[in-house]
Amino acid sequence: MPIFEHGSVKVEVDEDGFMQNPEEWTEEVAAALATTEGVDELGEEHWKVIHFLRDYYQKFGVAPMIRKLCKETGFKLKKIYELFPSGPAKGACKVAGLAKPTGCV
Amino acid sequence: MADEKATPLLDELEKGPYPSFVREIKLAAKNNKMAAGVLHQLEKSYRDKIGYWKHGGIVGVMGYGGGVIGRYSALPDDFPEVAHFHTLRVNQPAGWFYTADVLRKICDMWDKHGSGLTNMHGSTGDMVLLGTRTEELESVFGELTKMGFDLGGSGSDVRTPSCCVGPARCEWACFDTLKTCYEITQHYQDELHRPAFPYKYKFKFAGCANDCVAAIARSDMSFIGTWKDDIQQDDEEIKNYAKAGLDIQSDVVENCPGKCMTWDPDNMKLTIDNSYCLKCMHCINVLPKALRPGKQRGVTILLGAKAPIVEGALLSSVLIPFYDIDNEGLDDLFELVEDGIWDVWTENGKNRERVGEFIQRVGMGNFLESIGLEPDPHMISHPRDNPYIFFDQEDEEEEA
Repeated sequence: MPIFEHGSVKVEVDEDGFMQNPEEWTEEVAAALATTEGVDELGEEHWKVIHFLRDYYQKFGVAPMIRKLCKETGFKLKKIYELFPSGPAKGACKVAGLAKPTGCV
Repeated sequence: MADEKATPLLDELEKGPYPSFVREIKLAAKNNKMAAGVLHQLEKSYRDKIGYWKHGGIVGVMGYGGGVIGRYSALPDDFPEVAHFHTLRVNQPAGWFYTADVLRKICDMWDKHGSGLTNMHGSTGDMVLLGTRTEELESVFGELTKMGFDLGGSGSDVRTPSCCVGPARCEWACFDTLKTCYEITQHYQDELHRPAFPYKYKFKFAGCANDCVAAIARSDMSFIGTWKDDIQQDDEEIKNYAKAGLDIQSDVVENCPGKCMTWDPDNMKLTIDNSYCLKCMHCINVLPKALRPGKQRGVTILLGAKAPIVEGALLSSVLIPFYDIDNEGLDDLFELVEDGIWDVWTENGKNRERVGEFIQRVGMGNFLESIGLEPDPHMISHPRDNPYIFFDQEDEEEEA
């Protein structure tokens, strides 16, 4: 599997760039992965999405459905795409260090 | 291996007088390494009886959550040309009308950025571009945009709406399928490109009950052209068919599922009891010069079809028995879809549950109540059979 390197960050990823070992996730890793998804800097609103996704994932072992994500963060889907232009599944989940979603988000 | 490029098993599929996808891929492979890679990986698959495409993959273009289906080879070292082999769905023009010039441009672009292989058209209705690498996706998207094309749907979103050729080429069309398809596609751009549903939602539009796009079997929301008044009948033309040797009794009357016709051979007179007509199109198909759909035309809107995945296959059942869509427009319909069906289904549907499965789970009665539609005896899953019957216990008691 490929290794993703950015600055001092070095993590193993799958062919789509999702982390192979989600437990290695740190905020620094998130910032590094974000650069591959068209997000140059992670702001407060990005972190709100990321933390919700991580909390949900750690609790239930899967990514939430998109409707749930919008409801819980209070962001409309359009806003999520503004924050993560490659979308909640490919963009936000990747940055949040979730294992690759299989069709949820 | 004696000859790594030999494809004896695939070659079998070139034999006989039939069209052959192997022949087509071989042609493409002369100029395109990806197409050659597909051929060799497929030969190995046939030899080993194992599919070598990995399951899943999430790729896409910026701003969109759908339209690209990620695919990777499970044997990237053996077949590096097809290590990535992503599919793009491209929203087709309504009724699949292209100019030759635009098709050439798309194919030239695809030879440059992808495998050169296409599927015209996929069962979704989209133009399907088969096989490209992740780093090519944005360029392909850019080139398509320049040509006036957009990606279609994939995943849990509104899938690319598709329609039959309708009034553009077909005299039986009971409504303007192309216009309706186009307007619904435009109206639901957000829902098409940004998946937010429990699962996919398909719209298909068929101008008459011949249903050339198989709307009733393949779309969550099927629009099928129909008419309210009597079949238009030309008795002279019916006589001409009979004189030419057509057996009207056995080929028309006895095949009528509504059993609403009688044939008087002595006077060569066909009598239709239109009150029993199921609008199935059979007699019109057999006697196209003599019979035509009525003049008061519109659509029947049906809900809930799907192919088997979680549950078995379902056909759509009637939601709106008759709607004069060409004159009444789409606003009421948008309201029913957005504030009714989608609101209830997206809120309560389980992950990967199609709307038809959702209705099965909660019951049609509860579903209709929650979307605010009055039950009607016309809401059936099959003509003159199996109507949903709703008794409200309180109402019954009051009446008694």
